[in-house]
Amino acid sequence: MGNLTLSDVSKTYGGTVNVLNDINLDITAGELIVFVGPSGCGKSTLLRMIAGLEKITGGDLAIDGQRMNDVPPAQRRIAMVFQSYALYPHMTVRENMAFALKLAKKSKEEIAEAVDEAARKLQLTDYLDRLPKALSGGQRQRVAIGRSIVRDPKIYLFDEPLSNLDAALRVATRIEIARLKEEMPDRTMIYVTHDQVEAMTLADRIVVLANKGIAQVGSPLELYEKPQNEMVATFIGSPAMNLLPGKITGTGAQTEVTLDAGGKTLSNVPTEASDMGKQVNIGVRPEHLEATDGEGLFTGHVDITEALGEVTLLYFETVGTDPALIAKLPGVHKDRRGQQVSMTAAPEHVHLFHEGQSLLYR
Amino acid sequence: MGVDMAPALQGLLTIVIGIGACVAYFFGSNLLLDTLFPPRGPKAGRNTNIANLIRPWLFLFPALFALGLYLMYPVVETMRLSLTSRIPGGGYEWVGLANYAQMVQEPKFWEAMGNNLLWLLVVPGMATIFGLLAAQLTDRIGWGSIAKSIIFMPMAISFVGAAVIWKLVYDARPAGQDQIGILNAFVVWLGGEPETWLTIPFWNNFFLMVVLIWIQSGFAMVILSAALRGIPEETVEAAIIDGANPMQIFFKIKVPQIRSTIMVVWTTITVIVLKIFDIVFAMTNGQWGTQVLANYMYDKLFVARDWGIGSASAIVIMILVLPILVWNVRNARREMS
Repeated sequence: MGNLTLSDVSKTYGGTVNVLNDINLDITAGELIVFVGPSGCGKSTLLRMIAGLEKITGGDLAIDGQRMNDVPPAQRRIAMVFQSYALYPHMTVRENMAFALKLAKKSKEEIAEAVDEAARKLQLTDYLDRLPKALSGGQRQRVAIGRSIVRDPKIYLFDEPLSNLDAALRVATRIEIARLKEEMPDRTMIYVTHDQVEAMTLADRIVVLANKGIAQVGSPLELYEKPQNEMVATFIGSPAMNLLPGKITGTGAQTEVTLDAGGKTLSNVPTEASDMGKQVNIGVRPEHLEATDGEGLFTGHVDITEALGEVTLLYFETVGTDPALIAKLPGVHKDRRGQQVSMTAAPEHVHLFHEGQSLLYR
Repeated sequence: MGVDMAPALQGLLTIVIGIGACVAYFFGSNLLLDTLFPPRGPKAGRNTNIANLIRPWLFLFPALFALGLYLMYPVVETMRLSLTSRIPGGGYEWVGLANYAQMVQEPKFWEAMGNNLLWLLVVPGMATIFGLLAAQLTDRIGWGSIAKSIIFMPMAISFVGAAVIWKLVYDARPAGQDQIGILNAFVVWLGGEPETWLTIPFWNNFFLMVVLIWIQSGFAMVILSAALRGIPEETVEAAIIDGANPMQIFFKIKVPQIRSTIMVVWTTITVIVLKIFDIVFAMTNGQWGTQVLANYMYDKLFVARDWGIGSASAIVIMILVLPILVWNVRNARREMS
């Protein structure tokens, strides 16, 4: 078990500063949920409220149907892995992992068994008698994970666990966490990150937090393919989705949009006759733009190219303060720099947003 | 300009001359060095190297000289004095360790040694514990900084001043009169008889120690409070999640993490205790069994005018302090790195 329910959960500091509002979320046992969002969106606060390190100032948190708002952290059957590892510097790896069990007055044999088992799982057996300062960053984070495992919690909480690691180690540790999850299919994991790749690769479902609330919950591909709003659309995917203003000039199963800058496009998002003339933003991901010789979505002057080998990013010259339009073309296209290029996109890749909300959801 | 120049003006002049002399010394010596080994001409490179070897010593010289004059010379001289004896009528003679031999036969010396040991056992420990408690307890409350200022305030009082304050606390008037000492006033209020606290053998030592603990707890608190703040908050949060209660967090997570700072505080107070003089001098002057080494030294040196034994006791104090001092400096250095 390890079902977790958040109902109308809010967080207010000092009675006035509201950081989270009416969060509703059901997490099923065995899921790996990732909280993402721009910095300051409250994702870590939400995790800390689940952990019991922050007081819940509104709404209810329930684990397996039991209200947990006032239950001390140690009795919530949760474990937490911190970004800074938070190892006890004066204890050896073994003592670090055994600490919680010692406090719980478990027998010596039981503790030794649990610690050895966790150490074996995380390849820490050779380091059990070392102090944390004698370990590398990756090893320290493994000890922190091991400290969680020995307690056998129902819910694992990860607060940006890979942010302090270098790129190579980050990938390795990420895979390790994924493997760990596979070994414990009935344990729930909640993972906070600002790294999209971590979110997309690890998550069963992603919770995008923004503006004090949940912007969208869904599987990684759902968020990528069918973002509910402009916030999610531009947050998921890198580089961010291009947004271009226009007006609906044709409705039906397919929608025709005439862009403010000229140019026309079709979208597979269906609209009704009453939508005619509505001001919308069309959204197209950089990887869905294709160069065309004919009439396209837009034509622009390529300001900068970034050849990454497998793909090339084209940055179009901007008008005013608008964010630059970006196209991602397969292959190498350094020669496009300085050229006028027309871009088009297939109707199934054109998203429509009216007042920030996707027209797909209504 | 007369000799009866205003003291303030005199002070100012001294400062100006002093600083001027310093500047002149550094500037002039540097200039001299550059003239002797000019960093130009055919030997520019060699000259620069030589000058760079000499320059640090040039700049260190005033400090080394002052330290030598005011620190090293007295130590050597005290050592010499402790090995000599004054011949009546003038002059000295070498007596070897006779002063030490005579000193260790005096019961007052052993009383001082014993009391110093007692101070050593009680004061650093108590001051550190009280400081640690104050640091932890004032850390999380709104008026903590006010409480801290009050606890720290005795540090601003000189030992003699503190001794006078506490002498008043322990003051005793004959029974029946109004007690001006707060302790006796309290005892009488409870229905007891007033006591002359500072004359109660053995226990009067503790009444004196209270004064130093009162002063040093503030020092310990300030240092330990900073150390407690330096503990990563996550380790505390991890302990909360691991199920530690506040006591366990304090003793098993926080205290071990500031252990080296605790040791520095403890040893610093230990050194102060070994040299303790003012409080004993001002409150009992070593009577009623409260003698300590430094006061014993003062008695011998300036009251009995026995330079030999006085110097010998000074050397004993130094030998006792030295290892702790060395250890303390090492600890502090390790702390920094």
